[in-house]
Amino acid sequence: MEKNPILHIKDLKVSFQTGKKLVPAVDGISFELKDGEILGIVGESGSGKSVTSLAAMGLIPSPPGKIENGEIIFEGKDLKNISEKEWRKIRGNQISMIFQEPMTSLNPLFTIGNQLMEAIRLHTDLSKREAIVRSIELLKLVGIPRAEGILKEHPHQLSGGMRQRVMIAMAMACNPKVLIADEPTTALDVTIQAQILALMKDLNKKTNTTIILITHDLGVVAEICERVIVMYAGQILEQGDVRTILKNPQHPYTKGLLKSVPDLRGKKDRLYSIPGTVPTPGSIHKGCRFAARCTEAFAQCQEETPDLFQMENDGHEVRCFLHTLKKGSGSHVGVPS
Amino acid sequence: MLTLFSEVKKLFTYTVRRVFSLIPVLIGMTLVVFAIIHAIPGNPAQVILGQRATAESIATLTKELGLNRPWYIQYADYINALLHGDLGVSLRTRGPINEEIWSYLAATAELTIVAMLIAIIVGVNAGIVSAWFSKSWFDYIAMVLALIGVSLPIFWLGLMEQWVFSIELGWLPTTGRENVRDPVAAITHFYLIDTLLQGRPDQFITVLKHLVLPSLALATIPMAIIARMTRATMLEVMQSDYVRTARAKGLSMFWVVYKHSLKNAVIPVLTIIGLQTGLLLGGAILTETIFGWPGIGRYLYDAIGYRDYPVIQSGILIIAAIFVLINLVVDLLYVFVDPRIKYTK
Ligand SMILES: Nc1ncnc2c1ncn2[C@@H]1O[C@H](COP(=O)(O)OP(=O)(O)OP(=O)(O)O)[C@@H](O)[C@H]1O
Ligand code: SF4
Ligand SMILES: [Mg+2]
Repeated sequence: MEKNPILHIKDLKVSFQTGKKLVPAVDGISFELKDGEILGIVGESGSGKSVTSLAAMGLIPSPPGKIENGEIIFEGKDLKNISEKEWRKIRGNQISMIFQEPMTSLNPLFTIGNQLMEAIRLHTDLSKREAIVRSIELLKLVGIPRAEGILKEHPHQLSGGMRQRVMIAMAMACNPKVLIADEPTTALDVTIQAQILALMKDLNKKTNTTIILITHDLGVVAEICERVIVMYAGQILEQGDVRTILKNPQHPYTKGLLKSVPDLRGKKDRLYSIPGTVPTPGSIHKGCRFAARCTEAFAQCQEETPDLFQMENDGHEVRCFLHTLKKGSGSHVGVPS
Repeated sequence: MLTLFSEVKKLFTYTVRRVFSLIPVLIGMTLVVFAIIHAIPGNPAQVILGQRATAESIATLTKELGLNRPWYIQYADYINALLHGDLGVSLRTRGPINEEIWSYLAATAELTIVAMLIAIIVGVNAGIVSAWFSKSWFDYIAMVLALIGVSLPIFWLGLMEQWVFSIELGWLPTTGRENVRDPVAAITHFYLIDTLLQGRPDQFITVLKHLVLPSLALATIPMAIIARMTRATMLEVMQSDYVRTARAKGLSMFWVVYKHSLKNAVIPVLTIIGLQTGLLLGGAILTETIFGWPGIGRYLYDAIGYRDYPVIQSGILIIAAIFVLINLVVDLLYVFVDPRIKYTK
């Protein structure tokens, strides 16, 4: 089944002014989001996941941020140079976002109802009464009990899980085509996490909302995503459909990430973690960005930057010399693992 | 409906509790004020009347002040009188203080309120515009002006204003609160109100002209502080996660600033307003002296010159009480603005 791309990001480069230098946080990201799918984006902290999604919302804080290059094509239209006014018609209406920080993402001084209805009334011409009805409907949709009462409450009266549900309800208010969920569960405890994920999956099925799910956790991806992008230091290192990547990861980084997921393959080994940390943006000038932490690195890795390489499996791409080599030399030597 | 009712009830309980918590403060204040007259070494009556007083007049005054009785009886008497709204009798005018003091108090209140309104309106708006266009020329100019504003001494500013606008340009009167040849017939002693009540727009304009210079002098420092505070909090709030959420809904930046940022920025600004209004009372004494404004500051100043102890006592007591009252109002406003406070305090 071939799905059409609803959002196409092409060669996106976003930089931040740090001191006197313009430092790239996202550096040449391209991917397609297909209508109706759930796409996972994984990667350690600082790899540029939030920056990528903020760019798709036109919300890169500027200054210090700046989109230096690339296209953001939504339903065939490049959003990069549209006016703020046109952006406002898209934000919250066509593309919505749930932020990473449920505790601080709601204004403490206004009621839930006020903040929820604000989104509804902005993009629709529902009357106040109709907007209340719609709000209650939304809160029920995201599984909030006693929705009528919650409307009159303030954010501090709700738990983190409840606030995140409110955020989801708010993002769903105008039936957006694309929902970007930036680590919607990291701040929550495990049972609530499972509920929120189930809810997202449900929304995707029931309302046919296309979802980008950003997470640190490959376990979460395995559970609900169809395709996954692995990001590292502002680049895509590997992407493809979830089954392929989980069964047969090709990039050393992905392999490392998979080893650090507890119990994904039924093993109960001690949890592995990739030694070292993500390099700070702008600190790597040549070579593979993962080289410092890669157990399979060789001479070329220090000198040249690998490109994304198309694997046999459709849509499976890997940025690693181990694979370009294999192709370049025409040999079929097995990849050391 | 039910939740609204319980909200109102909570607000009411909170208010009552806050008012009750003021009782010890008020008692403390009366004790301090009462102690003033007893802290005078020697016989206060002698001190009040001066070196050349006759023994007879000293005896009369001692009796009049009730100074020959034990202090706790005197204190009880004092409190009793206060509770009946009796502030005693001025030694200078021989008139009851509670009747005299009102006109001075109203003059100060009128000056302070106008000054504070100017400070808030100009300060808050300058702060918002500076934050919105941060690092623009407007921002730089406003913040340099604010820096100058906080460091200007009031008396110097007052004198400069008089020199430029009264003496050189002749636009505005130097001193006083009304045209002495056409005095305002007092009803409330708030002249802006009284002149309107009597249908005298000409007098209203005159009173307003008299207000301009002293209220500007008095407003400068709080205006500068409020502008800086508003700018700083607005900048912080504009970076907050909930403002980003509001923008992600598709709200315009203007609406985001006025709805989502301003209300949050108001909270710290309220604190400053409360503090500054208290300080304004201090500033008022200076301003009133420079501009010949017949307010409570002048009343006290004159009373000190005459050693009019009952007036000094009452003046201090009232200023302290107003200070406490303003703080109460600010605290109640917090609760009104910030729903989190009701439950945590
Ligand atoms: N407002 C900003 N100002 C300066 N630099 C920024 C800003 N926002 C992001 N960056 C830079 O962009 C890099 C990527 O940040 P981003 O928030 O996208 O990471 P992330 O993948 O979402 O990480 P996390 O998992 O912690 O959310 C950061 O290392 C940071 O240096
Ligand atoms: S290119 Fe080299 S360093 Fe980079 S991931 Fe592949 S093997 Fe490791
Ligand atoms: Mg992030």
